[in-house]
Amino acid sequence: MAVTVRIPTPLRRITNGERVVTVSGRDLAQALIDLDRRFPGIRAKILDDRGEVLQFVNIFVNEQDVRFLAGLQTPLEDGAEVSIVPAMAGGAQA
Amino acid sequence: MAVRGLVCRECGQRFPAEAIFVCESCFGPLEVEYDLDGVRGEALRERIAGGPGSIWRYQDLLPVPRVPEWDLSPGFTPLVRAHRLGDALGLPNLYLKNDTRNPTWSFKDRVVAVALAAGKRFGFTVFSCASTGNLANAVAAHAAKAGLRAVVFIPKGLERAKVITTAVYRPTVVEVEGTYDDVNRLCLEIADEHRWAIANVNLRPYYSEGAKTLAFEVAEQLGWRAPDRVVVPVGSGNMFVKIHKGFEEFERLGVIPRQTVRMTAAQAEGCGPIATAYKAKTDKVLPVRPNTIAKSLAIGAPADGAYVLDLARSTGGAVESVTDGEVVDAVRLLAQTEGLFTEPAGGVTIGVLRKLAASGAIGPDEVTVAYITGIGLKALEAVEEVVEPSVTIKPTLASFEERVLALAGG
Ligand SMILES: Cc1ncc(COP(=O)(O)O)c(C=O)c1O
Ligand SMILES: [Zn+2]
Repeated sequence: MAVTVRIPTPLRRITNGERVVTVSGRDLAQALIDLDRRFPGIRAKILDDRGEVLQFVNIFVNEQDVRFLAGLQTPLEDGAEVSIVPAMAGGAQA
Repeated sequence: MAVRGLVCRECGQRFPAEAIFVCESCFGPLEVEYDLDGVRGEALRERIAGGPGSIWRYQDLLPVPRVPEWDLSPGFTPLVRAHRLGDALGLPNLYLKNDTRNPTWSFKDRVVAVALAAGKRFGFTVFSCASTGNLANAVAAHAAKAGLRAVVFIPKGLERAKVITTAVYRPTVVEVEGTYDDVNRLCLEIADEHRWAIANVNLRPYYSEGAKTLAFEVAEQLGWRAPDRVVVPVGSGNMFVKIHKGFEEFERLGVIPRQTVRMTAAQAEGCGPIATAYKAKTDKVLPVRPNTIAKSLAIGAPADGAYVLDLARSTGGAVESVTDGEVVDAVRLLAQTEGLFTEPAGGVTIGVLRKLAASGAIGPDEVTVAYITGIGLKALEAVEEVVEPSVTIKPTLASFEERVLALAGG
């Protein structure tokens, strides 16, 4: 399945400035593996050591938060749009 | 106001003070870091007391200076001793922070004023936001005053008055077919592609600092001390976290004595992801699809959710939620006892206050401050069907005596 992945600004250094990348995969996990094959190191910015999505990263498939879908197992249709977005917290305890 | 730069809250990496909001290494949130060496509590108290009657009296602890020509003078709103509501709830030391008394009638004017001043510094010409209603209001008004273009994004289906009181300032109002969480994601994507000042996205490190003034004012108004407890309505959780930070900064600088403020978060049951996590004793906030009349709090994936949980637990506070029915009851109770008409967000606050007072979770001796952050006039829908209808009479004494006198208890 060919799917597009929208790359957020903080990760564009790894993709040499590319904003939208086409990868393949039957589910989100596979698509991220393919993305990492093309841009080594990018997966580690999105997933932790146990392979879970990092706290400050949200992933959407066709505008749906994957936490409402099947997470990394969310299946991808041909032409699906994956968007990686910062979770954007703004607070601190100083 | 001496800003050192931005620092990642998670990994500590430093960045220059620009229009950026996430850490390039870890996606953590960026925070303004100040140079407060040599700032002394007593001198600061004096400078504050001599400052303007607005948020700008706390300029030393804000990331940007006031822009006089653009100033709508937000903040420095009344802190009211709530005798009658306190009687009703068994809380003799109850105060209300009446933040409906702002230029666009919500606390959002505080954060927007700071974001706008930062936006000017960075040379933006379009001022924008992802809003549940009140933020759009504040952005539109502030942009009008500053002569900037405003484009505000809101979810479809907000209260009528919230849309009209925004549109009147002549921004472009964009209704997005989806929830606030959809609007928020879209605005994050827009910020990546277009050089716009999106107040709560790429200006978020500056914007969010404005909410500290809600703590500064309360401490000053209580006679330079923190309350024992605050009850704060929570959407994204930004205000909650920054109120805590405000008290903490005042303490660290010796402006007020050290004291733990029990941070108590109020959510609507129809959108209570943080309350759910709190009760389940987990530290993972799972997103929900909002369904509540408290539309200004209808954020299903709260950005600061984990920090809210953490603070509520570590300070001995709580996270509690109330049903829409309890929200409406609380809006009416507040109006009837204190003469203050809040939108449902304030009903959430008072509803939670009432619930925690009834269960004994809030002790009667506690000096408690409840934040009323938005005005009822913008959300008449919430109460229009439950308020008593008017009595219609003929313009005669007989009609008055027949139909009114008994009602007035006369
Ligand atoms: C009136 C009112 N109160 C409270 C909030 C919640 O603020 P926050 O998103 O910072 O938690 C909002 C805005 O979203 C609001 O409009
Ligand atoms: Zn970081």
